[in-house]
Amino acid sequence: MSKDKLLHVDRVTVSFHVGGFIAGGRLLAVNNVSFSLEADRPEIFAIAGESGSGKTTLARVLLHDLEPTQGRVIFEGRDLATIKRRGDAMEFMRKVQPVFQNPFETFSPLRRVEDYLFETAIQFGRARNRRAAAPIVDEALHQVGLSLEEVRQRYPHELSGGQIQRVSVARALIPQPHLILADEPVSMVDASLRMSIVNLFRKLRDEQRVSVVYITHDLATAYYISDRIAIMLRGVVVESGPVEQVLGAPLHPYTRLLQESVPKPVVTEREQWARPINLGAMEVKEYGRVGCKFAGRCPHVMEICKHAEPPTLEVEGRAVKCFLYDEGAGPSNQPSLSSGKL
Amino acid sequence: MPLLQVEHLRAYYRTQVYGISRSVRAVDDVSLELFENEIYGIAGESSCGKTTLIKVISGTVKPPLRIESGHVLYDFGAFQVDMTKIDPEELRQTVRWKEISYVMQGSMSVLNPVRKIIRTFEDIVRTHQGIPNKKFFLEQTRDHVMRLGLPPDVLNLYPHQLSGGMRQRVAIALATIFQPSLIIADEPTTALDVVVQRGVLQMLKEIQAESGNTVLLVTHDLAIHANVADRVGIMYAGRIVEEAPTQVIFTAPRHPYTQHLIRSLPMIGDKSVKESLSGAPPNLANPPSGCRFHPRCPLAIDRCRTETPAMVHLSHQHRVACHLVTEGVE
Repeated sequence: MSKDKLLHVDRVTVSFHVGGFIAGGRLLAVNNVSFSLEADRPEIFAIAGESGSGKTTLARVLLHDLEPTQGRVIFEGRDLATIKRRGDAMEFMRKVQPVFQNPFETFSPLRRVEDYLFETAIQFGRARNRRAAAPIVDEALHQVGLSLEEVRQRYPHELSGGQIQRVSVARALIPQPHLILADEPVSMVDASLRMSIVNLFRKLRDEQRVSVVYITHDLATAYYISDRIAIMLRGVVVESGPVEQVLGAPLHPYTRLLQESVPKPVVTEREQWARPINLGAMEVKEYGRVGCKFAGRCPHVMEICKHAEPPTLEVEGRAVKCFLYDEGAGPSNQPSLSSGKL
Repeated sequence: MPLLQVEHLRAYYRTQVYGISRSVRAVDDVSLELFENEIYGIAGESSCGKTTLIKVISGTVKPPLRIESGHVLYDFGAFQVDMTKIDPEELRQTVRWKEISYVMQGSMSVLNPVRKIIRTFEDIVRTHQGIPNKKFFLEQTRDHVMRLGLPPDVLNLYPHQLSGGMRQRVAIALATIFQPSLIIADEPTTALDVVVQRGVLQMLKEIQAESGNTVLLVTHDLAIHANVADRVGIMYAGRIVEEAPTQVIFTAPRHPYTQHLIRSLPMIGDKSVKESLSGAPPNLANPPSGCRFHPRCPLAIDRCRTETPAMVHLSHQHRVACHLVTEGVE
């Protein structure tokens, strides 16, 4: 694979075994997902979806925490499956750093937060001892609007939710990563502080030239910071492309429902939001559905959607996985197996 | 007379550990009125006292929480009640579920995990009203559930067999079985996905419109208030700092905190840079003097540091507690 790609996700599928020994089945948590990030163009790539859409499973694959059942993840020219030795794993971890949802779970309540920062600096070889690490730690904290003075000797409960989440971003910056993978980084942070974290990712992209994979269920912040977005439903990417297009004028019926359902903080769209929606059919198991996963509650459902997997089509500058945009759609059409490549 | 009148309510958590007493002033001088047939939204960040206020309003005050002063007066038409003085037995028999019901965030804690949903309905109806005729009760419950648009089969399922959204709708069905005057909904959709959230809130709104009762909706998500509430009260550090009809809160907020909150909300279709407030919400065990927002307020003047601003009416329905705004109005 070419070296000019920072991250290349190639038809990744993850399946889990569910149920009992005899009557068990397979659940495709991530189903044939492909996308890539360019090396020379830092960007924020959002992966959005509701609970159970496979976002976090995909994140685990990208962090080399979980082997995909099928497909490959290539980071800077290296297939993650070939990373076996500890040295290689450390090198990978240095370049790809995570930020997790709940900062109070990331940090042990019994340890001072600065210890994590010093440890990271020493472990990844940026400093030999604590004294040498201090300026590095301080610099990382300055990038997130804090300083070593402010967090020195402090335990997690002595910092506010916004502060401690910024510390976890600072920790991720210490190894000078090329990619940050943030899994719901703001959902535990209060509204008045949320934007400080979100703006931080924007600053990292523009000033440090770090790419960010931003995993979230919050479409409003995803629109605000990301350049491109992929919308997931039951393990499948249903629509992906530039965020202005995908969320500004969604084409896939699921993206449309999702975008419409996000309540807007304005009083002028109350009537549109109050338009009744059908929840009854949602309770069915959509993972096991053959064909389009959204067919059970799609207002435009056609016969073909129920038994054939929709092809991924290039429409108006984005990729859409829907038969509605397939000109030759009909029962005779062979379902395409290729998934969306961005 | 309004359905509920809260007057200068103070409720503190008082603890004593090794002889050191400590009080957390979670609700400090809150006054508000709820009228019949309205949806009143309370918004605020975590640990601003929203949930404590609800505990007092719903009459579930337990130590270390104590009511220090103030009144919580209900007028249910047939009778009046002061929540700060009511006898617990009377509260259980005449008020709880019948007049005031409660929908909370995780409805798993309302539904008994080892019994079918219908048994939970039975428990509540038996405790608060009695079931003289089992068949009639089953019919009534079935009708009630169907009227809310839920499949009646859910009554014969166990809670774990339902999805989060369905459980939350069952919790709303439980809360409305006696047609209460007031439904308190505390973050009813916080753990739900946006599409399900929309469905659950639509249901709550429909019930309210149909029966004309009052809903007190508490959530930190201002976008929900924009779409659901008739009036909104903004809480900060144990106090209500601004209260106005939803339209006014979102188009012409006056308190610097509200203004900031509204301005910083991200929205699809808007990529302009949003700024965040500096600092963090204060610790209520040791709140700042004067206006509790002053350490974070970009407009603070000397008076804000020493003097607590009073709630002042700017117009009939718009109240705000800020020296800068109310200086000329008093």
